[in-house]
Amino acid sequence: MRPALLALHVATALALPPLLLGVVNRTKALFAGRRGAPLLQPWLDLWRLWRKGTVFSPTTTWIFRAAPVVAVATALCAALFVPLAGQTPPLSFAGDLVFVAYLFALGRFFTIAAALDTGSAFEGMGGAREATFSALAEPALFLGLLVLVRRSGSLSLAAMLGPGLAASWTAAGASLLAVLVSLVVVLLAESSRIPFDDPNTHLELTMIHEVMVLDHSGPTLGMALYGAAVKMFVLGALVVRLALPFSLGGPWADWAVFLAGLLALAVLVGVVESVMARLRLTQVPNLLVAACLLSFFGLLLLARTP
Amino acid sequence: MNEALVLGGTALAALSGVPGLFLDRRAPTPHGERAATALLAAAAALGVAGAAGALLATAPSSGLALPWSVPGGVLAVRVDAVAAMFLLQIFVVAALGAVYGLEYWALRDHPDDGRKLRLFYGLMTAGMALLVVARNTVLFLGGWEIMALAAFFTVTTEDRDPAVRQVGFVYLVATRLGTLCLLAFFALLHHATGGFGFVGPPGGAAASPGLATALFVLGVAGFGLKAGLMPLHVWLPGAHSAAPSHVSALMSGVLIKMGIYGLVRLGALFADPPLWWGGTLLALGAASGVLGVAFAIGQHDLKRLLAYHSVENIGIIVMGLGLALLGRSLGRADLVALGLAGALLHTWNHGLFKSLLFLGAGAVVHATHTREIDHLGGLARAMPRTAALFLVGAVAICGLPPLNGFVSELCVYLGLFRAVTMPGGGLAWLGAGLAAPALALIGALAVACFVKVVGAVFLGTPRTAHAAGAHEPGARMLVPMAVLAALCALIGVAPALVAPIVARAVDAWAAFALTPAAATAVAPSAAGGVAAPLADVVPFGWISVASAALIAFLAAGGWALRARLRTAPTAVAPTWDCGYAAPTPRMQYTSSSFAQMLVGLFGWALRPQTHTPHLAGLFPHKAHFQSHVPDAVLDRAALPAAARAARALGWFRWMQHGSIHAYLVYVLVTLLVLLLWRGALA
Amino acid sequence: MNALVDPILVLIMLLNFFVLATSRVRAVITASAAQGLLLGALPVLVQPHPGVVPVLMALGTMAVKAAVIPWMLLRALREAAIRREVEPLVGYIPSLFLCALGTALALLFARTLPLAAAHSASLIIPGAFATVLTGFLVLTTRRKALTQVAGYLILENGIFIMGLLLVEAMPLLVEIGVLLDLLVGIFVMGIIINHINREFSSLDTSHLSSLRE
Repeated sequence: MRPALLALHVATALALPPLLLGVVNRTKALFAGRRGAPLLQPWLDLWRLWRKGTVFSPTTTWIFRAAPVVAVATALCAALFVPLAGQTPPLSFAGDLVFVAYLFALGRFFTIAAALDTGSAFEGMGGAREATFSALAEPALFLGLLVLVRRSGSLSLAAMLGPGLAASWTAAGASLLAVLVSLVVVLLAESSRIPFDDPNTHLELTMIHEVMVLDHSGPTLGMALYGAAVKMFVLGALVVRLALPFSLGGPWADWAVFLAGLLALAVLVGVVESVMARLRLTQVPNLLVAACLLSFFGLLLLARTP
Repeated sequence: MNEALVLGGTALAALSGVPGLFLDRRAPTPHGERAATALLAAAAALGVAGAAGALLATAPSSGLALPWSVPGGVLAVRVDAVAAMFLLQIFVVAALGAVYGLEYWALRDHPDDGRKLRLFYGLMTAGMALLVVARNTVLFLGGWEIMALAAFFTVTTEDRDPAVRQVGFVYLVATRLGTLCLLAFFALLHHATGGFGFVGPPGGAAASPGLATALFVLGVAGFGLKAGLMPLHVWLPGAHSAAPSHVSALMSGVLIKMGIYGLVRLGALFADPPLWWGGTLLALGAASGVLGVAFAIGQHDLKRLLAYHSVENIGIIVMGLGLALLGRSLGRADLVALGLAGALLHTWNHGLFKSLLFLGAGAVVHATHTREIDHLGGLARAMPRTAALFLVGAVAICGLPPLNGFVSELCVYLGLFRAVTMPGGGLAWLGAGLAAPALALIGALAVACFVKVVGAVFLGTPRTAHAAGAHEPGARMLVPMAVLAALCALIGVAPALVAPIVARAVDAWAAFALTPAAATAVAPSAAGGVAAPLADVVPFGWISVASAALIAFLAAGGWALRARLRTAPTAVAPTWDCGYAAPTPRMQYTSSSFAQMLVGLFGWALRPQTHTPHLAGLFPHKAHFQSHVPDAVLDRAALPAAARAARALGWFRWMQHGSIHAYLVYVLVTLLVLLLWRGALA
Repeated sequence: MNALVDPILVLIMLLNFFVLATSRVRAVITASAAQGLLLGALPVLVQPHPGVVPVLMALGTMAVKAAVIPWMLLRALREAAIRREVEPLVGYIPSLFLCALGTALALLFARTLPLAAAHSASLIIPGAFATVLTGFLVLTTRRKALTQVAGYLILENGIFIMGLLLVEAMPLLVEIGVLLDLLVGIFVMGIIINHINREFSSLDTSHLSSLRE
């Protein structure tokens, strides 16, 4: 059973991320009154990009080529440590939550560096925004994880999001609710979705992630997009597990619940993108600080219950 | 035996610059500097051997004590595991810096100050080594002063420059103040223990709570000034940017750690410190970390920026130390082990990557003759090896896996998380818990800062002719950097290799206050002095596994992309700058613009100064925009306070009128007063 | 004590954060109305066996706090044709931090009070303090007259929560308190509308005259 579940874990982490994007896009299309592209379209796009040729700017160095590789590698590596469907992930140790968070930071480091490598003002702008906003999202993530650490008494993601989570909801529901909302905000910020970033516009002045990868083309662009999708999947897995902590008894049933939850999350992201406008850039820090304080509030509530 | 080796190394280091004073006085041949480097390398070999011997020894050494004619002074030295950790760092970085200096500050290029620099460089190293092994307060202070004064002379190597003299003066005032605090500290310690032993049995402080508090405050002030703990860091950015780069590397990587060494020893003095000590250190560390990196983001002088990152990393180290004290107060052996291991390991790690970064910055300055980040750019083409090594240092200092910064930060994180899981409704866990997001913020801001540095200095296209004319340095500069980078990677990938060393140091620290003589005012708690076995609380093996997994993914991804690019049609075309036809290097995002949003967010602390031109009309005149972040503490607190003090104490100047006779009268009067006082007491 | 009380109080405290974080006047008013709606339910939930009178009181509170006053404020907003942004004297992020600090202090302070066991476990006291502090924050750091009214409302909501402690001991007193609350609310409205009048008289009196009812 266990090998099969691990295989499922790896297969899901590899295959599902672009599908989530497909669901998001389909939701937005439905809201806009269109039929929308097939759910597999992101995969087809990636495949098309992978087969294409590529253009490099003469200003760029090896860092520009390395960045998409780092983005994909860090995101996939992180996927190995995150519990899916409440099952123990392939790798897990005390403190892996820090490792996962810092893996994303490593990917970010190289993505921004590659943006600066092009020497373009626009990509520098995107990099500066990414660096600023993720610096504010990081404390929100850690404050949220602190609540889970305190509740579970454990330092690994597998145990924090393990079977004990359902009991935490009954004992400290308000805290976990605050953390859940905060983590959704972090998810939207880190995966560059509305209201932080608009993945659809190609108006360079208003974008964050899209503008950072503006100069990538062909295979490197495909890798950058795939890495971003996996990152969103990993954060989404955390959110879904936190929101649906119960177990239906068997691992396969749990997997079904988890996948349905991911689907719902993708739909939610699509709905948010359809009904909300992108925030003004000056307001983005406010929302992120609010997310931090929300998690802090959850932590404070825990201070009352021993 | 080990002590003799270390003392031999110390003596060699102290003398390393002396032959250079006499060799090649007429024509600047490289004999003197080679002799100095060789002596320092030999000193490092001896010192490393001594430290390694102490770490490998099965029984703790009893030390070496020779009589000394100075009152209260005994030439007592002992190398325990804590001292050995610091010794290794001192000697390794000093020797690598000396090799680097052969090319960076060659006597050929600097005939007037090269000799002086080498003399004081060796003395500074010797002073540090001496104070780390000293077991007598007088000897400790002797080493401390040798280090501090030699550092002054190395900082002011280029003393023709008025700006350098200015920062030298600030440094001198700061270090004098620190020594003043330490003198008071040691006097009180003598009062409490009745002896001049600093650390090591018989030690421990039998102090009333009030005295203990005074000791703590004085110690934190005195050692914190040297360590550059915010807001006592005012001397640090200027001194580190003015000194030659290999001196900056030694100062930033090692010298400020002597303050940490003092704090570590101070923490060991008390078996059951009050809770607020640990809390204060934790809060000071967090503030130092967040504000240090925030100030760093605002800088546009490469070395000044790195100097502020020292403030940040000292903050992380002090957080670990605070956690260890907290663990001691709460009787939590795991917090003691994790906090102290994090602090000591981060001391090492910071010594490695910060030295690497300063040496890298030195290579940039050497090649371009400017420290202005916004005048650089595109150096990765001209100096690819330097760029790659600097990148390793940058990733390491951000605490990112798979390099060494991650390991020590993980220790601190684990300690903070464990503190959060403490049962009970008490609030210690909440305070400790809030340090974790602060550390996360520090990490994320460090990423922002270093990606800015790497991007603005090494990537893109050269912004000025300086940058365009850059060249790769020679092997004598590259090899020391490569060694440091290799050590960073080694500790990051295989932390289990250094874990036993850290564990020994942690045990030595924890056991110290439990020595029978260490009777404290507050009764020692049962678990207070013990540290949990390090291997039980830090998953060193798993860190290696996780790093290996990451490296495997990186290799696989890199291989796939490489294979694909080999067959894919590849074209070269200018950067897509939104259709702009003639992009110029000046259009690149500068480091200041990159930092602008973050500087704005932290504007309440940074107080950035901007000069915005007034533009009017359809075709405005050429205009300039400037912004820079001065040191808010120095400019707004320290200097005004000093000016006010100078005004208030102005009347005191009548004593200082330059007449030698009157000065002799002062001496005579002082002697008479002392004699009378003595007589009255008798 | 009903199990719903604490979640409602948590929501009220979260609304406090929202009020300080949002940049739109309209959102501030809506949030204070939502607080009023949640508050109205509390006196009924706190009592083990609520009678008819408390239910009526609750409905009355809800009607005034969540419907009448917000409606008037929103109308004033529409009619006054002012800029819809809050224009804070203290920025959003600092005021959020102040609110978080206030909430933390409220939670800590509540632990030190000698309360009945049933009350010390609930969020009533910290919720009340946090809401009062938020009200003060809005009053002191927001410039617009309309946000001032909302600030009064939030402040008054906090006092209302505090009154819940007495529900079991002296239901009548609380009911009187609720009545007084309403009185104060209307009184405050009067004063504030005067304020609005004064603030905007220089701008456009004709629009504002419709407020003078």
